[in-house]
Amino acid sequence: MASWQWFHRLGSPKWFYEKTTRWTQVIGVLAFAMLSVGIVWGLGFAPADLKQGNSYRIIYIHVPVAVVSMAGYYVMAIAGAVGLIWRMKLSYMVMKNAAPIGAALTFLALLTGAVWGKPTWGTYWVWDARITSMVILLFLYLGITALQEAYQNQESADKTCAILALVGMVNIPIIYKSVDWWFTLHQPATLKLTEKSSIAPEMAYPLILMIFAVYMFYAWVLLRRTRVEVLQRESKTQWVQDIVTGSSR
Amino acid sequence: MNPVRKRRLIFVAIIVVVSSVVTALVGYALGTMGDYFYSVARVVNGEAPLNKTIRAGGCVIPGTIVNASDKLETTFVITDGVENLTVTFDGILPDLFGEGEAAVITGKVGDNGVMVASKVLAKHDETYTPKEVEDTIQGTENHSKTCEGMTYDS
Repeated sequence: MASWQWFHRLGSPKWFYEKTTRWTQVIGVLAFAMLSVGIVWGLGFAPADLKQGNSYRIIYIHVPVAVVSMAGYYVMAIAGAVGLIWRMKLSYMVMKNAAPIGAALTFLALLTGAVWGKPTWGTYWVWDARITSMVILLFLYLGITALQEAYQNQESADKTCAILALVGMVNIPIIYKSVDWWFTLHQPATLKLTEKSSIAPEMAYPLILMIFAVYMFYAWVLLRRTRVEVLQRESKTQWVQDIVTGSSR
Repeated sequence: MNPVRKRRLIFVAIIVVVSSVVTALVGYALGTMGDYFYSVARVVNGEAPLNKTIRAGGCVIPGTIVNASDKLETTFVITDGVENLTVTFDGILPDLFGEGEAAVITGKVGDNGVMVASKVLAKHDETYTPKEVEDTIQGTENHSKTCEGMTYDS
């Protein structure tokens, strides 16, 4: 069992809280620096699009939040799976706090998409496969957030939410591939990993920076929320009471 | 890994596999019902119902847009590379509607095979190019004429 020791130490709320104090600050500073540079670069200095003019600039918000809202679901579902398998309390805390952040990002992706859709497509909203599957993602996030509150017992809430998160995971590849599998009004992916991206490089660089920036921002918010969750759930332990009363550090 | 955790891992794997298989089967059964619009070929080949409101999507063939002189009505031809469909529309077109651009049309196909549109949406492609660049490489890789390269056989 020795090989698993690092893993179990990772699951110790106290160890996590102490280790992430510094990380959270660093990640927060990085996130805000990257967001500031990315937004100014994308919204201010990237060239206007030939056909859409300046309205295309919403991709510097829309694409990053949409990408992270989907990646965040994997974070939540995998944290739930780790919780189910190893009964790791910390993992459940990550899962619980990933849900509202994911919901906010999904909502922002839908909202910015609607704002962009009006001048580009001629409508705010259509029920095509991409947009509908994103709405399902929003409801999954909201459902998991609500389910947490539906139980008196924290362990039951965590287990049920983890199972719901795992079942909902099937939606992520559907969202991702929806524009290829069905005829949708939403256009296919612009940034491609395996072939040449269909965006000019000087427009792509700020976009890629913004994607990393939103990932950083996500990590920062998730760490902060999880740290508060640790203090709440471990509030009866001596080490938390030491921190709160200020008798240590 | 100890046997208890292994059992739980298998439990988690079963949840993921079962939910994926169920969704895949439902998706397979629904098939083209997931489509937002009919391809032009399916409309022309009679797979779409006549005189009922449907959506059709395709590329506007350059040179086919004709504006009526006395009213707002516009006539144009859309294609998916296989078949062509004539569309008439009496209304205001979106800004990004144009020759060589994709469009999604809501309307009814009459017995004469002409689609009378009630709504026209522009379907933007996934390319983004600055104006300056487009001016310099004109004629080589002209992205405002994506109809030929556009595939609708997903």
